[in-house]
Amino acid sequence: MWQIFHKLGSPKWFFGIASTLMPWLLVAGAALLMTGIVWGLVFAPQDYLQGNSYRIIFIHVPSAFLAQSVYIMMAVAALVTLVWRMKLADVFVTAVAPVGAVLTFLALFTGAVWGKPTWGTWWIWDARLTSMLILLFLYFGVMALGAAISDEKSSARAVAVLVLVGVVNIPIIKYSVEWWNTLHQPATFKLTEKPSMPAEMWVPLLLSVLGLYLIFGWLACLRMQTHILAREGRTRWVKELVQARGN
Amino acid sequence: MASEAKLPVRTPEESVSALSAMKAVFSRDLKTAFRQPQDLLNPLLFFVMVVTLFPLGVSPEVAFLREAGSGILWVAALLSVLLSLDHLYRHDFNDGTLEQLVLQPQPLFLLVLAKSLAHWVLTGLPLVMLAPVLGVMVHLEGNSVAILCLTLLIGTPVLSLIGSIGAALTLGLRSAGVLLSLLIIPLYIPVLIFGTGTVMAASESASVGGQLALMGAFLVLALTLAPFASAAALRISLSNS
Repeated sequence: MWQIFHKLGSPKWFFGIASTLMPWLLVAGAALLMTGIVWGLVFAPQDYLQGNSYRIIFIHVPSAFLAQSVYIMMAVAALVTLVWRMKLADVFVTAVAPVGAVLTFLALFTGAVWGKPTWGTWWIWDARLTSMLILLFLYFGVMALGAAISDEKSSARAVAVLVLVGVVNIPIIKYSVEWWNTLHQPATFKLTEKPSMPAEMWVPLLLSVLGLYLIFGWLACLRMQTHILAREGRTRWVKELVQARGN
Repeated sequence: MASEAKLPVRTPEESVSALSAMKAVFSRDLKTAFRQPQDLLNPLLFFVMVVTLFPLGVSPEVAFLREAGSGILWVAALLSVLLSLDHLYRHDFNDGTLEQLVLQPQPLFLLVLAKSLAHWVLTGLPLVMLAPVLGVMVHLEGNSVAILCLTLLIGTPVLSLIGSIGAALTLGLRSAGVLLSLLIIPLYIPVLIFGTGTVMAASESASVGGQLALMGAFLVLALTLAPFASAAALRISLSNS
């Protein structure tokens, strides 16, 4: 048990594991995502109310889903960084933050594209939209702080503190934004949440969510590998690896 | 000048209790701040000027100001607390006082708490006292002004406490000011929402007890959690420099 724990902390061990895992993640993720999206975009039935415009859900929902869970994963990694000082955990946080920000942006963007035909407006100060926007700000804050501190170790720990403070705040922000929204306008937009989705709709949605998770896993491995190479550039195994690949 | 105010020094015979250390840090912060009164005045002037911009920039009409007034005052107060946060640790960091604080035998989070409270007394409290005047200037009604002051009274300590985390994280960095705002503004949003929401509810003569209680909950949460995060961040920033 403890040996596994120790191994997990070793960048070299992770580098090898990631290299073997990545092709599987990529292939499985791409297959699932493609199936889900093609099924959703081409074969799934039309929505009786929104026609074809609802189909953006197959991109919107997975990215929104991931955007939130990436932050949670970052928070767990941040806790590990602070408590056990595990190198890999802080590599994960710094490597993954931009991915999370992009996914959040994607969720907001597709939401805006979806909002135009259904609500008649690109943007509305609705509770969910606003809390996603704030999540994007949190990601930007994490990235900005990480970039501002040049020393790797203290950068990682400072970012970990910020991520944890953010994760304590996420429920508060979410709740307060919901409260604030209901004060001003009644919840008219709930009609876009299809109460009972037929299976032809939710199965491809589930597939694309799972696929995006796997793709995210692949991307996280790739980015972590890059960060590890940059950080451990002076160690012997990296030099040997680079020389082996170079020849 | 600033270094004349004494920090709690522990001699082997008598150990200083945590509470008296907090008191010492608190009164020292007040003392050093009052030696540079202009620094105390600046956030207040900023507060007044930002509020002035809105009638000039948007609309001086009574109806608009009455509706937006509480939001304007809250945003202005939030920004002026944000600007003053840089001072919270900066001077102590530059002259080495902060390292001495970290080395004290008393728990660091208590000393951080004392510093945050001193920061609130120096910036938040004057804002609260200035708010009624500005509230009248933006045509808020009597009851709304009172509620606004009450929300600011509960809310500004939360701003100082959360802000202390950001100030500790960005200590000693280049362009710390902008970065600090980037980190802290998202965390300020709930306080802002509830602060202005309470005043709005009051102006519609709805009951505000629940909202005030929630703001009180924010305050309790910030009082108990923020000093820990801030202390952890301070240690990281000091080990960095």
